[in-house]
Formats: sequence, structure tokens, C-alpha cells
Amino acid sequence: MDAPAPLIEVTRLDAWYGRRQVLFGVDFTVRPGEIRVIMGGSGSGKSTLLRHLLGLQRPAAGSVRLFGVDLGRASERELLGVRRRIGVSFQGGALLTSLSVGDNVALPLREHTDLDEATIRIMSRLKLEVVNLGGFQDLMPSQLSGGMVKRAALARALVMDPRLLFFDEPSAGLDPVVSAELDELILRLRDALRMTIVVVTHELESAFKIADTITVLDQGRVLLTDSVAAVRAADNERIQDLLNRRPREVPVDAEAYLRRLTEERA
Amino acid sequence: MSANANAVTRQRVDGATIVCLQGEVDLSWSQQVRRAVLDAFADGVPVGVDLAGVGYIDSSGIAALVEGLQLGRARGQRFALVAPSDAVRAVLELARLDRVFTIVDSAAAVGAAT
Repeated sequence: MDAPAPLIEVTRLDAWYGRRQVLFGVDFTVRPGEIRVIMGGSGSGKSTLLRHLLGLQRPAAGSVRLFGVDLGRASERELLGVRRRIGVSFQGGALLTSLSVGDNVALPLREHTDLDEATIRIMSRLKLEVVNLGGFQDLMPSQLSGGMVKRAALARALVMDPRLLFFDEPSAGLDPVVSAELDELILRLRDALRMTIVVVTHELESAFKIADTITVLDQGRVLLTDSVAAVRAADNERIQDLLNRRPREVPVDAEAYLRRLTEERA
Repeated sequence: MSANANAVTRQRVDGATIVCLQGEVDLSWSQQVRRAVLDAFADGVPVGVDLAGVGYIDSSGIAALVEGLQLGRARGQRFALVAPSDAVRAVLELARLDRVFTIVDSAAAVGAAT
């Protein structure tokens, strides 16, 4: 049997903020059912890559394909089709503060489907049960702790049963127990719902626990994409710096630096 | 895609109405499944939903089963899941619903389920 077609296929992706290039020819392929962790320090380009994967930024060069659809060339209709099949759990939760937890979770179903209200109620409460927030649907986001906000946001990301889930920094700001529970949940989601999951994190312990494969980004370039064991064993100096939390040496290009500081149109 | 085409059929087995689901139950046709499950109560006998041939079920499909359970309780009719496949079982367990539904091994057991 042929290997299944990749769900995500990024080819030679470049990205710029103004005159500063932040991604350099990034190749990134994820297959169905895989849990891929994107790892890298601050400024490595992992958030920029995520924004491109979500279609929030158009590629300056190269292409991003999800479910075979080229996001840079897709029609609005095709983009909507892709968006309905992905779930996103953002770092800060991004719950709407004026809606109850239950209404936040149900929102995508009300926006994107014409399902019966009884079905919507059960589906959204089921997802709250899955993230261990059963019975909390009537609370307002302001009444939740940080860990609960994160889990509520995950419930909302899951409510449409996405085939592809993006999770930005699941453990940031959480206590170790809650963070370990979330890791466990990510693994169970993949197994039970056959989800493909992309997690962006700088938490090594979490990355090693959940990942099938890890992509290590550094200063806008992919250093390595490989299994957990291979990444741990990599003899690349930057990867070892990352694993051992050593500060990096920032190379300075004096010309470019001066231009950034002085030019009117930076 | 699953090898089985999506289908919902209904039959009488030992005094129970059995709704047999095949294929992948997802948003695209789960409302049809919901209708079939709820309609099955019209006969006034125990209702079972055969899930042996289901390769994938999403939460809209699970919601249809939950509504069946709820309607069965309201009407005093038994409601059971029959031989859920591993895929279905995993989803039930994820939401801890395996402890809520009555689950039996065969359609013949639905009429006898307690």
C-alpha cells in the first residue's frame, strides 16, 4: 500500500516581516494520524510557521498545502472547507468574554452547521466532559482559572471533530499536573478520534512525551525533523543548546543591523 | 475512506428494534442517523444500535446515540449499543460514555438487556 497523502505539505516557505526574513525555505510535511511537535526557542519562527499553516499569512515564497489545498491560491470557498476541518487552540485561549463557556464551545457549530440545537448542546457538552470541564458550561470565562481557560479553548477547538488540530503552547503557564493531563489528553484524542495533531511548544518534557516526530526550528530554518529518539541523540550543536537550555550566540551582520536601525522604510 | 459504504438499516431481532449503522458516521449524515435512532422507538419495544460495522464516529454521531438513550429513558424503553467496533469504543471511552450506555455483544441480547 502507498503511504497516505500528507495532510500538511509546506514547500520552500519563506516569510518576511518588513525587511527581516524570518523563515528560510522551510519544508514541512505531516501525515495523517501523526503528532508533530514544532520546537524552537523564542524567535525561531515557530509562530510564523503556525500562522502560515492556519492560512493567516500568505507565503512570500513557497507553498502551504492542507488537505491538498494550496492555501495561497485557494478560493474563499476552498479556504472555508479547510477551516471547517481544522481546530485551533491558541496559547491564550481566546475565549469570547461575553459568552458563557458552553456558548463559546458551541459557537463553531452554530456558525458552520445547521445541526439541531439538541445535537449542538450534546456535542458541546461532550467536549467539555472530554477536557474534564463537565458541568461548567454556564460559567463565564472570567470565572475560570488559567488551566480551565486552556481546556475550554481545547473543547472549542475540538467541537467540530477536526481531522487536524493545532495546539499552540499547550503547557505554557500551567502547573505540572494540569500540563501532564493535557499531554495525556492529546494522546488519547489522536488514538480515539484519529486526529492529526500539530503542537507548537518550547516545553521539552511535553514535546518528548507526546510527539511522534519533532521539527526543530532555529532562526527560521528547519534544523531537523525526526523521531523523538533521533532528536535527543542529534549531534547538532544548536539542538543540543536547545535541549540543554544553553543561551545562543546571536550572529551580528553589521551592515544589515545598521540598515534596520536607520532606514526610513525598514 | 472506509471499505463499508455509509448506511443505516432497521430490523426486528427477538422483540427488539435494531438500527444497524455502517461506515463512517460524521456530520455529513449524522442527522439522518439521529432520525433513524429516534424513529426506532415508535414500535414501543427495546431499541439497539448495531455499531459493529462503524469504522469512525464523530461527536455528532455520538450525540444521536445520547439522544436515543435519553428518549428511551423518557419512554421507559430499553436502549443498548450492540457490539461497538474498537473505533467506536475508543470514542465512547474518551468521553467516559462507556459507563453510561448499556453495551451488549449481540442484537439478540437487546431484548434481554437490563
